[in-house]
Formats: sequence, C-alpha cells, structure tokens
Amino acid sequence: MDAILLIDFGSTYTKLTAVDIENEEIIATAKDLTTVESDIMIGFNNAYKKLEEKMKGLNVNFVDKLACSSAAGGLKMIAIGLVPELTAEAAKRAALGAGARILGVYSYELSRTEMKEILDKKPDIILLAGGTDGGNKDCIIHNAKLIAEHIKDIPVVVAGNKNARDEIEDIFKANDVFYKATENVMPRLNTINVEPAREVIREIFMAKIVEAKGMKNAENFISGILMPTPAAVLKAAQALADGSDKEEGIGELVIIDIGGATTDVHSIASGEPTKPGVTLRGLQEPYAKRTVEGDLGMRVSSASLWEAAGTRRIKKFIPDTKYDIEERCKYLQQNVNVIPQTQEEIEFDEALGMTATEIAMERHVGQIESVYTPMGIIYSQVGKDLLNVKYLIGTGGVLVHSPHPERILKAGTFDTENPNFLKPINPQVLIDRTYILSAMGLLAQKYPDKAVRIMKKYLVKA
Amino acid sequence: MKNKLVLGVIGADCHAVGNKILYHAFTEAGFQVENIGVLSSQEDFINAAIETNADAIIVSSLYGHGEIDCRGLREKCDEAGLKGILLYAGGNLVVGKQEWSDVEKRFLDMGFNRAYPPGTSPQTTINDLKKDLGW
Repeated sequence: MDAILLIDFGSTYTKLTAVDIENEEIIATAKDLTTVESDIMIGFNNAYKKLEEKMKGLNVNFVDKLACSSAAGGLKMIAIGLVPELTAEAAKRAALGAGARILGVYSYELSRTEMKEILDKKPDIILLAGGTDGGNKDCIIHNAKLIAEHIKDIPVVVAGNKNARDEIEDIFKANDVFYKATENVMPRLNTINVEPAREVIREIFMAKIVEAKGMKNAENFISGILMPTPAAVLKAAQALADGSDKEEGIGELVIIDIGGATTDVHSIASGEPTKPGVTLRGLQEPYAKRTVEGDLGMRVSSASLWEAAGTRRIKKFIPDTKYDIEERCKYLQQNVNVIPQTQEEIEFDEALGMTATEIAMERHVGQIESVYTPMGIIYSQVGKDLLNVKYLIGTGGVLVHSPHPERILKAGTFDTENPNFLKPINPQVLIDRTYILSAMGLLAQKYPDKAVRIMKKYLVKA
Repeated sequence: MKNKLVLGVIGADCHAVGNKILYHAFTEAGFQVENIGVLSSQEDFINAAIETNADAIIVSSLYGHGEIDCRGLREKCDEAGLKGILLYAGGNLVVGKQEWSDVEKRFLDMGFNRAYPPGTSPQTTINDLKKDLGW
C-alpha cells in the first residue's frame, strides 16, 4: 500500500508515524532517542527498525517522507521592536507562531551591551521590527546598523516599517548580513500581521537552520524538514479548526501541550468579546495564537512550576498527598527520567499537570477588567475571549498516559472563583492518544483534506 | 506626507460617539488618524505616538475628570522622546461652572498647546492643527 512517513525529530525522541494514504489510517508509530550530537540518522534508523517490525507482513511503500524538528534546542529566536507593548510584542507573537523558542525580546534603540547579550544567547534567527508603516524609522535603522556592525552569521528577518526597508537593505547588503525582508508585523497601530513573518522564518529554518544543526544527513533520505515541531502543531490545530477545501473543520479550539520543560497553549479562535457592552483594548490578537510557558513543566521545569504556583496552589489538587510539594518538585527537576509508578506518584504528576494547565491558560487567555467610571462599572477586555470555544484538546506525556486526562484539562476551563480569566466554559475535551498532532501538521501541508479527516478520527473523547 | 495624529479618549471614559465623529472629521480634513479609542491611558497615547511617529496627540475627555487624567502627559512625552509634539485637549474637561479662561490657562500651564471648551466644532481644531503644523 502507498503510505506517508511523518517524522518528528524531537528534543528527546525521534517519533515516526506511518499513514495509510488510501484508507486514511495510521498504520504504526514508533520512537527512539534523538541522536543529534553524533548523527541524527542513528536515532532515526533505530526508530525506523521498530516501525518496520510493527509493519511486518504489510507491503508498505513510502511515497513521501516529511519531517519537522525541535532537536538541538529547537528554533531559538530574538525579537526586536520599538515599544514593548506594540511592535516588540507583535514581533514576539510572530516568532512564537513560527514555532520558535524566544531567548529575549528587546525594545527601543539597542545599546552595545544589549547587542553583546544577544550574541551571547546564540540565537538562530533575529526578527527585527519597529514602527508602523509610515511611522518611526529612526529606531529600526539604528538597530539595523548595530546588527550589521556586530553580527555576520545570524540570519535576520526584517519585518518593520516599510518606509525604512530600503535603507535597511542597503545597510545589510553593504555589510554582508544574511537577511530576508517581508511585510511589517504591525502595519497600522494595534493591527498585527504575523503570517508573512512566520512564513519567512520557516523558509530560513528550512534553508539554513536545519543544516547548521547537523541535520543535513537526514535530508538525503527524507523529502525535507519542513518546519519546527511547534509550528507543525499550530498548523494541525488550524487545519482541524478551519477544515480544508473539501473537509469541514470542527470550529474554534484550544490545544494544551504539557511537556517536561514547557507548557504550550495554542488557540484557534477570533477571541472577540462574547458579552455585550465590553470594550476591547490593546494590541490585536493573532487568530492562531501560541504561547509558551518556559517555567511550567513536568520535569526540567517542575521546580520553577512550584515557584510560579506556590505550594497551596498545587496542594489544592492533591490535598492528601504524603509528599512535601516543594521537595518533590525539586526532586523531579533533578531526576527528569522519573516515570511515575505508584498511585501516589501518578497523582502527584497529575496535580503538576493541572497546575501547569491552570496557569498556562490564565496567561494565554484574555482578561476582563471592571473599570469604575462616573457612569457606573464598565468592562474592558485585553486579550482573547475564549469562553465559547468548543474544544479543548490535550497532548503531551502526562495527558496521554494519565487514566483521567479530562480531569487535568478541566483545570484549564472557566473558574467561577476567577471569572475575569476568559477560559472556555464548557468545552468538549479531546485527547491526542496516538500522539499525531505534529505529524498531522506536516501532512496538512501537502494533503490537507486527509489530515483533517484523520485528526477527526483519531482525536478521542476523554 | 500626511501629518499623523493620535486620537483617543483618556481615562475611565467610554464616550465613543464624539471620538468617532472626530476621527471622521480629521480624516476627511486630510490627516492620517491613529484612533486608539476610549479608555486610553497616557501611556497608550505615548506608545501610539512613538510607534507611528505622530505629529500631534489629540486628547478627548467627556466625563469631567480630564484635568486629573491629563496632568503629567507633557512631562511623560518629554521623557519618552516626544519632545515638542503638539498636545491638544477638548471635550468636557472639567465639572461645575468654571470660567473657561481659567480652565484653558490650567491646561496651557500643564504643557498643552491648545485646549477647547465644550461645544467646539471639529473645524476649529482642524484650522488650528493646520496652522500649528505649518500647512
């Protein structure tokens, strides 16, 4: 049978998914440790052997092999803008949506000290924004000059004031800086335009970063590493929500990915106020929005999760635990390979998952603020209103392996105790049991109809 | 190049109708207007002016607390590098029966270039803008 091989070179595991393209079924999945330090193909071959084992007796012919990657630290980016709340924030959102890990966000005219700091952080790509179209040019030109002076080997994406573009291109050409210029991330005040920048970041990732990270070997065997893994998840989310040309989507949704180091939240929703009389304020939100919480995770970030949440907030989910919350969180951070065995260990992990979900959702969704005025109380909203979102979808180890994933995800829904956070009120909870989201994002790039149908089939009710 | 204005209603004030009228009047008159709308803080005005490289900030206040809300805006503009940007204020800037000349003087002392009493026609402001911007 004709099949497609989808590969995710993850930070820890290389995961393979074989999809029967005719019957739109998942034939088999397999994983093994990622080996980016030596040769990425070693880990791939180990996983591939496992996959072949599972497909024994089937006559599988791979017509296409597509990959995404977050190996070797993923795609590390610096975002630069003018005002922190405006173009710097827009640049950050564009980079996050492109699947990047943000090492730093800078605003206003950069100093040499900041430039040195940026170099020390060793980013893969720098996103340079600043000024609305026709707005401030001085800042972005100053920053371009400084970049040209100090940086030669880091690709720069220019997505700022269009009126400054010619001058910046001249500066970069004169100094041999590798750059790509695209549309402004904030063409008009409070209006964002993140898609063109995301696409250019993806192009550079494919062309340059994959090679720089020692993954060129992989490209001889597969058709190409198309995007960073988080971008593939966002792509899958968008395909599932909006549907494709022939296949209808399921509507607005939120995906929560609880990992060892970070908790990612993706929302595909307009986020317009759902209640009458609410004034929307602040920077426009992306329809497909991704946030990453680097301090909320199950292992590497379990100690910082405890710091962010505090003992009481975690204890709320496991009032009778025998563990000392602080100690256990620190222990898990030191021992990242712990797999919970006993009932108590499992419950503790679930409680961490619930806490991470609760806080990550609070940071992702919009908030309602009541303003007292001479005319009485009025309500203003900053961020996305996700109250009426229909689906809450969970992925990541703790959810996939837990016997009660719905309980963990419910921590991310609307809470009457904190009604100002606009979390989904009564969403249908789905689980990515077979771990297919990133693979489906890749599939959606070439076969959108099939990807949507397979996701509808394989994401199960919790 | 069109002159750019940042327009908005300051403070906990949600009078949206006058704001829309001004937006259309100024746009019609040939300005590029960045309307930040109601419930805007001083910082919102300043951030918008920096990012868009605006020539003037036009502050509306209809609910009587304009004097409190506008205090310190000039100093913050100076601090943010918006030296010499035009600052106008208008609407129902204060409550009670006060002599307009006193009110106007207080706003000019605060660093505003112009202040307008209730019932001012948009055309008056447009004429002043053109004069101040050297049209």
